Amino acid sequence: MKSSVIIFPGSNCDRDMDVALKKFGFKNQMVWHNDPSIPKSDLIVLPGGFSYGDYLRCGSIASKSKIIKPVIDFANKGGLVLGVCNGFQILTETGLLPGILQQNKFLNFICKNIFVKIKDKENKYFKNIKKDILELHIAHNEGNYFCSEGELKSLEDNNQIAVTYCNENGEDNDQNNPNGAIKNIAGIFNKNKNVLGMMPHPERMIDSYLSGEDGSLFFENLISNFN
Amino acid sequence: MEVTETTAIDHGLKKEEFHKICELLKRVPNITELAIFSAMWNEHCSYKSSRLHLKKMNTKGTKVIQGPGENAGVIDIGDDHAIVFKIESHNHPSFIEPYQGAATGVGGIMRDVFTMGARPIANLNSIHFGSPQHQKTKNLLRGVVKGIGGYGNCIGVPTIGGQTLFDDSYNGNILVNAMTVGLVNKNKIFYSKAAGINKPVIYVGSKTGRDGIHGASMASATFDDKIEEKKPTVQVGDPFTEKLLLEACLELMADNSIIAIQDMGAAGLTSSSVEMASKGKLGIELDLSKVPCREDGMTPYEIMLSESQERMLIVLENGKEDKAKKIFDKWNLDFAVIGKTTDSKKIELVFENKKVAEIPIDLLSENAPLYDRKWKKTKLPQKLKLEKQNFKSLKLNDCLLKILKNPNIADKEWIWEQYDHTVMGDTIQKPGGDAGVVRVHGTQKAIAASIDSSASYCFAHPLTGGKQIVCESWRNLISVGAQPIAITNCLNFGNPEKEKNMGEFVECVEGITEASKYLDFPIVSGNVSFYNETNDKGIKPTPTIGGVGLITNYENMITMDFKEEGNITLVIGKTEGHLDQSVFVKEILNEKKGPPPEINLFNEKNNGETVLNLIDQKLIVSCHDISLGGILVAVAKMSIKGNKGLKINSLKGLQNKFEYFFSEDQGRYIVEIKKINLEKVVKILNENSVHFDELGTITKDQITFDSEVNFTVEDLSKAYKTWLKNYILN
Repeated sequence: MKSSVIIFPGSNCDRDMDVALKKFGFKNQMVWHNDPSIPKSDLIVLPGGFSYGDYLRCGSIASKSKIIKPVIDFANKGGLVLGVCNGFQILTETGLLPGILQQNKFLNFICKNIFVKIKDKENKYFKNIKKDILELHIAHNEGNYFCSEGELKSLEDNNQIAVTYCNENGEDNDQNNPNGAIKNIAGIFNKNKNVLGMMPHPERMIDSYLSGEDGSLFFENLISNFN
Repeated sequence: MEVTETTAIDHGLKKEEFHKICELLKRVPNITELAIFSAMWNEHCSYKSSRLHLKKMNTKGTKVIQGPGENAGVIDIGDDHAIVFKIESHNHPSFIEPYQGAATGVGGIMRDVFTMGARPIANLNSIHFGSPQHQKTKNLLRGVVKGIGGYGNCIGVPTIGGQTLFDDSYNGNILVNAMTVGLVNKNKIFYSKAAGINKPVIYVGSKTGRDGIHGASMASATFDDKIEEKKPTVQVGDPFTEKLLLEACLELMADNSIIAIQDMGAAGLTSSSVEMASKGKLGIELDLSKVPCREDGMTPYEIMLSESQERMLIVLENGKEDKAKKIFDKWNLDFAVIGKTTDSKKIELVFENKKVAEIPIDLLSENAPLYDRKWKKTKLPQKLKLEKQNFKSLKLNDCLLKILKNPNIADKEWIWEQYDHTVMGDTIQKPGGDAGVVRVHGTQKAIAASIDSSASYCFAHPLTGGKQIVCESWRNLISVGAQPIAITNCLNFGNPEKEKNMGEFVECVEGITEASKYLDFPIVSGNVSFYNETNDKGIKPTPTIGGVGLITNYENMITMDFKEEGNITLVIGKTEGHLDQSVFVKEILNEKKGPPPEINLFNEKNNGETVLNLIDQKLIVSCHDISLGGILVAVAKMSIKGNKGLKINSLKGLQNKFEYFFSEDQGRYIVEIKKINLEKVVKILNENSVHFDELGTITKDQITFDSEVNFTVEDLSKAYKTWLKNYILN
C-alpha cells in the first residue's frame, strides 16, 4: 500500500506520521507542498502542525497551496484522504469537509490523552476495528468543531460523524468535551467517507512507551482494510 | 550626531568606560561605533562582572565535547550521537511583555542549539513569579505560559519538563529561563569560529526591523516605575519563520558548505559578527546596505542594534553561495551576501558606499571591561529553636493538605497541558515526573532532562544552596534511571554592584562548582542574568540548573507512580529532621529563618549511585526523590500518580513525626520494590553503607499512618490538583 504525506511549510507532525505509516506497512513518501503532482498513492495524509504559521485562520493558506488541487482531484475520484489536526483544519478550509474548527472553549492550547467513540464503522478507516472506544492524544489550540444546523443534520443523517470525545466508558457528553466541539465531534467524514478529518493524533499512540497504543490499532486496521 | 559622555551614559555605559573607549580608539567614536561598544560591553554580552568567577567552574569531563564559550555545550552519549544543550534567561523582556518575552526566549535558545547542527528534541523551562496575590502575577503567568507554548508548539519540539515557583521577591522581576536539548551527529557539529580570508559572510532568515533595539542593554539594567516605556526593546517572535530557518539550516549543514555559523541573539548583528571574527582572530567587513530590512530608512545604528528574531550569520566556503541560496529560496527565507572575512582584525562597516564604523575587534572582546567586584560572604544562619509546643496543636493530616495546596507544591498540569509535550513521537516521560525523557529517535537510548532551582536555600546560605541545586538535578535524573552526564546553568541575580548580591553570586557559583566536581557532573554551558532588580529591590539569588542524563535502554526507565499493591517502599538516605527553610516551617509555622538543609556530597553520591545500581539490576519499580515538602509530600505524589495508597509503618523511636515527615534533608529517595526482592535490595544497601528506612506497604487507595494520617488517593488528589486551576480561573 502506498501513502503520501504532504509537507507544508510549518507542518511538524510529518515525520511522526511517516514513522507510523511505515511501521504498519505502508510504503510512504513525503511530498513537498510546491510539487505539481502527487505520486501514485492509495492514501494521502495531511499531517499536523502550523502550516504557513497559521497566522490567519488555521489551514486557510494551505488550502490554497499548489498541492491542494491534486489532493482534491484525488479525493473526488474516491481516493482516501486523511487529515489529522492541522490536516483536518485544512480539509475544512478546502471544502472537502463541512464546518470549521474554532479556538478551544477555554482559549488554551490543550495537549493530553482523551478518549473517542467510533460512531461509524461502515468505512475504510474503521471497518473491523477491534475496539469501539480509542484512547488517543490531542494537541491543538483550534479544535472546537462547529457547523451550521443544516450541516450538522446532514452529518448525522449520513452517518458522517466519525469519532466523538467521550470518557473511557464511551459517554460523549459535556463533561468529556475537551474543547467545546459541537456534539463532541472529534472527527468527520465527507459524504462518500473516503475523506476523514480528525483532531486526535493516532500517530502519537503507536507503542506502549508513548502515551498509549490505540493509534496502532487504527493504523493496523486501516492497512488491513486495504488488503 | 556628536557623541559625548552623556550619549554614552544614555547607552548604558559608565563614564569611565566611555573614556576608556576614547583612549583605546585614540578618538571619540561616532554614534554607530558607540552603539557597537555599548552592545558588546554591557553585562549581558561581556559578562564583565561574572567572568572572573565563571572561570573557576568545573567544565571538563570525559564526556564533554564542547564546554562554555560556544552557542551551546556538547556532550558525548556514545555511538555517533552527541547532545547539544543550553539554558538562557529572558527575564527582563518577559516582565515588560510576557507573551513575546517568553516566546522569544524559547526561540532564542532553540536557535543556539540548532546553530550547532543539532535538531532540537526537547524544551524545558523554569519560571518564577511574584506572590500569587500580587496584582501582576496572574497576567504575567498567563502570558508567559502562552508565550512559551505559542513558540514551542508551533516549531514542533516537545516541552518535556519545567518548574513554576512563586515568591514575593519576584514581584517586580519575574524569571523566565528556557532550555533546549538537541541531538547531533558527533562528526557534524558546527561552531562559531570563522576561518579563512575573503570568505563570504551570509545573512539568512527574517528581515531586520526596528524591534529589540537596546534589548541587551535593557537586560543589563535595573527596573523602575517607568519600565512599561521599555516595551519597544522587546523582540517579537515568529515561530513559523524559525521552523523554516531550522529546516533550511539543517539542510545546508548536510554537506560542507559552512565554515562558521552564529545566531543573531542579544545585540543582533553586532555580537554575531564580532564574535565570529574574534574567535577566528580575523577581521570582518560588512556592507549594511545589503542587509534585508523590514522597514525603509533604517540607519546603520538601527541595523547593528536590532534584535529582530530568527536571523543567522554564516561564513560560507567560497563558491557555495548559489547552492546555499537555493536552499533558503526553497524555504522562502531571505538570503544575502553582506560581507566577507578579512585579515584586518577590525570590524569595518560600510553603508551607502561610505565607511560608517571601524573598530579593532580586540577592543570589543578582549579589552572589554572586567570587574573584580566587591562581595560579601553570607554567614550560615542560626538554626531555628523549635520547641515541642510549636507542634502541639498541629495535626499531620491538616498539615499535609495545606502543604499540597501550597503554590510551590501544587500540581502544575494546567501549565504543561498547554505545551505540546508529545510531538516528535519519542516522549516517554511527560512533564510532572522527576525528569522528562525522550528517546533518541530510532535507537534504544533515551535522554532525561530536568530543570531545578531553590532560591530560598540560596538566599539563606548561597554556598549550600548552590551545592543543593546541582545535587537535586543529579537526583532527579537518577530517579528516572538515567546516568547524569552534565549540566547547564542560568544564574539569575540582583545588582552585582551591590556587595550582598555579588556575594550571593560568588558563593552560589562556588557551591555549584564544588558539587559539580564531586559528582563529576560538569557545566558545559550557561548564561548570567544580573540586574533583576526593581526600585532597589532585588530577587532572591536564583541559579537554575538544567541537567541531562542518559538511559542506555529506554525500556529500563523508571517513573514515580506507585505500581502494585503489596509492594514495599523504602526511604533511601538518612532523615535527620532538618525543618529550617522547608515548606512546612514556612507554610505551617510561618517561620522564614534558619539555614537550608546541609549537603553531604559523599552521601549524595553514594546514595545516588546505589539507587542507580538497583535500577540497573531491575530491582526498583518506582522511584521519586524527596525534595520540597519532605517524605509525606513525596508519598502523596507517588500515590496520586499511581492511584494507589500506602500504609506507612509505625516508626520506632521517632522523636518528632513532623520532623520525620516534613523535613527536607537531602540525598533521599523513595523507592518501590517487590517483596521478593527486599532481601536482595537490603543486602546491596548494606554493602554500600546506604542508610534506609522501611516506609510502608502499597495499598489499594488508602494513605494511612497509625491513626494520624488517613486519606484516600482522591482526597489528596483533589487538594493537590485544584489550587492552580482555581487561582487562574477566579
